[in-house]
Amino acid sequence: MLSLAPIKIGDWMVLLLGVLCITWITITLWQGGAADKAIIRSSGKIFSEVPLSRNQIISVPGPLGISQIAIHNRQARIAADPSPRQYCVHQGWLKQAGEIAICLPNQVSVELSGRGKRYDSLNY
Amino acid sequence: MTASTIKFVTTAADHHIARMAALAMGLSMLEAAIPSPLPGVKPGLANIVTLIVLTRYGWRMAAWVSLLRVLAGSLLMGSFLTPGFFLSVSGALCSIAILGISQYLPARWFGPVTHSIFGAFAHIAGQLLLVYFWLIPHAGLAYLIPIFATAALLFGTVNGLIAAHYLNAPNTGFETPKLTG
Repeated sequence: MLSLAPIKIGDWMVLLLGVLCITWITITLWQGGAADKAIIRSSGKIFSEVPLSRNQIISVPGPLGISQIAIHNRQARIAADPSPRQYCVHQGWLKQAGEIAICLPNQVSVELSGRGKRYDSLNY
Repeated sequence: MTASTIKFVTTAADHHIARMAALAMGLSMLEAAIPSPLPGVKPGLANIVTLIVLTRYGWRMAAWVSLLRVLAGSLLMGSFLTPGFFLSVSGALCSIAILGISQYLPARWFGPVTHSIFGAFAHIAGQLLLVYFWLIPHAGLAYLIPIFATAALLFGTVNGLIAAHYLNAPNTGFETPKLTG
């Protein structure tokens, strides 16, 4: 059985430093980043860009009717939509930068964006 | 027919390096048989030998043992000049470079565990850099860093403890040869 006796004081410090570094790296790399604003698109064009700081409900017209986008508590969701299958509504609250909800039939989408734009699809 | 033998002049230090490298290779082979949950995450048991050599005989010999182990180990595994081989080389080079610095830390406070952790981090950094610049030049690689770094810290600590355990044992069975040259 390995004993911990050979660990000297400096070793403990290095170990602690390692744990702190890993924690920091994990938090930095695995978080989508804080979202600042919501980009709302309708028929492929930007309908409006709204900050997440103010709670509000925005009505966006599309070919099928009006989609309602709710912004609450620095989160955004599509609250109501005339699309038949309601996928974008079921997606629920978007919290992190890069998250997106798309209502294809009504051609409305809402995307959260932070300071640095991240990839939404990749291929190589 | 004249028997012609090519004779290299070897020193006791050379023999010792060879013995240690062989030991390290044995551990690499052993480790290759252990299934890994994620490609690239390996305990790196051979580095225990490198650490012991570093502490007992200094950095130069540890560097020899480490690089010889990678080279000869790849020949045995049949991975010589494959991407995996270059990853090992790049990891080993980074790791001995860091050990070259960390060996100067005061031995009163810093033992094999420190060297092992630094070496493990350098190893994974060297490998990831090579992967990034050569194999997968893509920022998505960053998502894997926390996993590899955690494995490096864990295995680095364990390997360091094993090395320290051997170094502290009163009689490890190794005869310390008188090294000249």
